[in-house]
Order: sequence, then C-alpha cells, then structure tokens
Amino acid sequence: MSFLSNVISGISLGSIYAIIALGYTMVYGIAKMLNFAHGDVIMVGAYVCFFAVSAYNLPPVIGVLLAVALCTALGMLIERMAYKPLRQAPSLAVLITAIGVSYFLQNAALLWWGSDPKKFPAFIVVGEQNGVSLFGGQLRITYVAIVTVVACVAIMAGLIAFTGKTKMGKAMRACSEDKGAAQLMGINVNATISMTFAIGSALAAIAGVLMCSAYDTLLPTTGSMPGIKAFTAAVFGGIGSIPGAFLGGLLLGVIQIFTQAYLSQELADAIVFAVLIVVLLVKPTGLLGKQIQEKV
Amino acid sequence: MALLKADHIHVYYGSIHAVKGVSFEVNEGEVVTLIGANGAGKSTVLNTVSGLLHPRSGSIEFEGKDLKGMPPHKIVEHGLAQCPEGRRIFLQMTVEDNLEMGAFTQPGSTIAGGIADVYKRFPRLEERRRQVAGTLSGGEQQMLAMGRALMSRPKLLMLDEPSMGLAPILVEQIFDIIRELHKAGTTILLVEQNAQAALSVADRAYVLETGTVSLSGTGAELMASDKVREAYLGG
Repeated sequence: MSFLSNVISGISLGSIYAIIALGYTMVYGIAKMLNFAHGDVIMVGAYVCFFAVSAYNLPPVIGVLLAVALCTALGMLIERMAYKPLRQAPSLAVLITAIGVSYFLQNAALLWWGSDPKKFPAFIVVGEQNGVSLFGGQLRITYVAIVTVVACVAIMAGLIAFTGKTKMGKAMRACSEDKGAAQLMGINVNATISMTFAIGSALAAIAGVLMCSAYDTLLPTTGSMPGIKAFTAAVFGGIGSIPGAFLGGLLLGVIQIFTQAYLSQELADAIVFAVLIVVLLVKPTGLLGKQIQEKV
Repeated sequence: MALLKADHIHVYYGSIHAVKGVSFEVNEGEVVTLIGANGAGKSTVLNTVSGLLHPRSGSIEFEGKDLKGMPPHKIVEHGLAQCPEGRRIFLQMTVEDNLEMGAFTQPGSTIAGGIADVYKRFPRLEERRRQVAGTLSGGEQQMLAMGRALMSRPKLLMLDEPSMGLAPILVEQIFDIIRELHKAGTTILLVEQNAQAALSVADRAYVLETGTVSLSGTGAELMASDKVREAYLGG
C-alpha cells in the first residue's frame, strides 16, 4: 500500500512540476529565452494568496484569483521592463538578466514579507477533512493532490487546444518558428510574446498556490528549487513541447518521490538530476522534443 | 499618384551602407521588378518597405501615407504583403494553418473564402492541406508562400526571389502565376536575380547596383539595353 501511496505522491508532486514546466516551455517556445525568474513568480503568487486569505480573510477563491491576476501583470511587467529591451541582444545577456530578475524578486520578497517562514493555510478541505481515506485508512489521498492532478491535466489540455485551434495560439506557434515571417503576416510579435508571459505567469501563480497547499512552508526562496526542477522537467520532456513538459514534470515527481522512499532522502535531488543527464546524453532533444528538419 | 513611392531611402546594417538613396515608384496594376546581382540591396529595399528595417533618411509612402515608424504588422494591415526570400513558411504547421496565418489581419468571416481562392489558384495545396508544410517540395513551398501572402488580400504584393532554388520547369510555373496575378489586377513588386524572366513579366524595371539605382525603364527597354544584356542576361 505504501507503494501506491508513493505513486500518488509522485504524480501529485509531478503535476506541480508539470504546471510550472508548462509555463517555462511556453515562454521558451515563443520568446526563445529561459526565464529563470519563473520560479520566483510562483513564490509571489503563493504570498499574494497567503496574505489575501490569512491577513485579509478573503475567501480562498478570491485569493487564488488575485494571485493569478497579480502574477499575470507581474510577468508582463518583467517582460516589458527587463527582457523586451534585450530583444536584439545576445542570448547570454538575456539569460543573465533573467537570473538578475530572479534574485531581485527573492530579495524584494525578503524586504517586504520578511524571512520568517509563513504557514500556508490549508484551504482545500471538505468539511473538516483534507482528504479521503481508502482501504480502512491505509491509503490517504489529500484533496490538494486530487485538485493538483486535475488542474494539471486541464491546463495541459487547455494549452494544447489553445495553440492548436485558436488564431492567437497559432500565431504563437508562428512566432515560435520565425518571428520575421510572423511579422510579415501582420502578427504583432511583441504583443504575442507579452501574452506568452502572461499565460506562463498565470500558470506560475496557480502552481504556487497548489504547491504551498501541499507543502505548507512559504519563504522568499520557496519558488527557487521547484523552478529549477520544473525547468529540468521541461528539458527532460523536450523544451518547447507542451506534452513534453507534462510528461517530464510527472516523471520527475515520481522519480523524486521514489528515490526518497526507496533509495535515499539526501541523494534524491542528485539522482533526479543524474537521470536528466542520462536522458539528455541518449536523447539530446528530450523525450518528446522534435528534431527540426529544415528543407531549404 | 503612385501606389508605392520610395524617395531617396538610405538603409544601414550597423555601419554598412546597404541602400544608398534609392528611389522608385509602383503604380496601381503594374508589375515592377528590381533586378540586380547578389548584395545589390534588393531584399533590403523590400524589408525596408515592410518595416522590418528602417531607413536612416528618405521616405516611403503608400497610397500617399508616410510609412515612417510604422511597425511591420501595421504595414500589412495597410495592404502591403511580402512573400519573403527563402519562402519562410511555417514548416511545423499545416498548409491550411499557414494560409490562415497569412490572413491574420483579415476578419475571421473572410478566411474560408480566401483559402478557397488560394486553392483554386494552387490546386496542389488543396491536396496537401492537412500536411505539415515542412513535408512539401520546394515548388509547393513557394506556392504556399505566395498563397499565404495573397491571403491578406494585399493592394501590393512584394515577391522576393520567388524562383530561387527551383527547377527550370517550376520557375516557369511561378512566372506564369505572376502573369496570371497581374492579369487579375494585382499590383506586384518583384525582386529577382533571374533578370530575363523578371523583365519578361514586368511593366517597368529598376536595376540595382551596390545600393543605387543604375538604370530604369520599361521591361522591354531594359531587355534591349546592352548594359543589362551584358551584365545580367549573359551577353
């Protein structure tokens, strides 16, 4: 039964990674940049929800919506202020700027919200219960886990439908392939990139709330490690690919929980990254990454 | 009044002075071609008209309106479409999605009709409508690129090297299509290295040499000019 319990924990943690990874991969796919501040947007989302619910006693739903709205605005602001002026700059400059934005957000959070850990309220409950017990209490599934997995699948399906069926989503794919040609179609590339950041950051806010609901300690550095893990997941699955981010996130979560349970608590992260290295050695484009064949 | 009028435009790539005071006009219903060797500045001129590059001085007017400072997507909205050099279709998207992107500036209700028009002109594309564009042959990709540009129902269609890299029979086909478009009243600005073919379809032509217009006239005049024959038509 503990095996099944680990599978569930793994999928639930993996779903959080997947939601973050989807944001990473969307931004990478269209803006062709690694937004290392993505993880810190998660943290901001979690703080916004925390204060809305704990300090202002707003209903949790409003807290989540506020987190999504503010992170969307934050993501667009970061893009406008920090990345847009570097559109023509070498990618290394953009990468370093992204790391700078990441530290800026962490330190701004430290300044505003202090270094003492906040205990995130458990609000995904039904009555007094935070989950269901099965098999006479041997297996417990929290509601947070259920909500996380459902949200993750819904988000992935939504993104696939959006990029595959809608005009705006197709325009994003066009920008991803060739920005110059997209401009010649009349697509406003700057607005499209801005929208990508908006979507990615909204997803980060959702991931932040779900993550802190499952693991309740909130610190200014809370988003940092999950951000890096999710980036790993996105690369693992094939960066730029939506199903790849989903698969990579799930696998990473399951691998992490299983290593913690059966091999070593301390070495879990090392083993997770070792798996990534092995996968990239064998398949450099990631599990579902496409080898782009160009015909000249 | 000319539909498109470029007046003494100067364009730089960093410190390289690529276009040095080029002036030309395209009138409604005309096919005008810019011919010249590699590096003469032909594509630079088209990309400047499209707003991808900005002239340091000089002006470009379309329907009497100055295009200065207008972003590329706005220029498309004004009715200027470019089918770029090297085709640059979206290889990972289907043929139909590529066409839909061409109609990005158009109201949604007109897209189906536009796609039907393109399929009528290029039946091969209809056969392959669900295929990913990267799987098309070179000739088909060029047809898709031209069809995609037509989707915005442009008042002026700019074609950059449409014959590049195609087998002679396909080159002929592409120029037949240009003739048909001309007959249907489309105004075309054509950039070509294949001077012979370009002059044969053009009402008027400009010869570009290292960033300046060295010669201009009707297609027939330039075809008969000794200088053009020597330099571009192989004697």
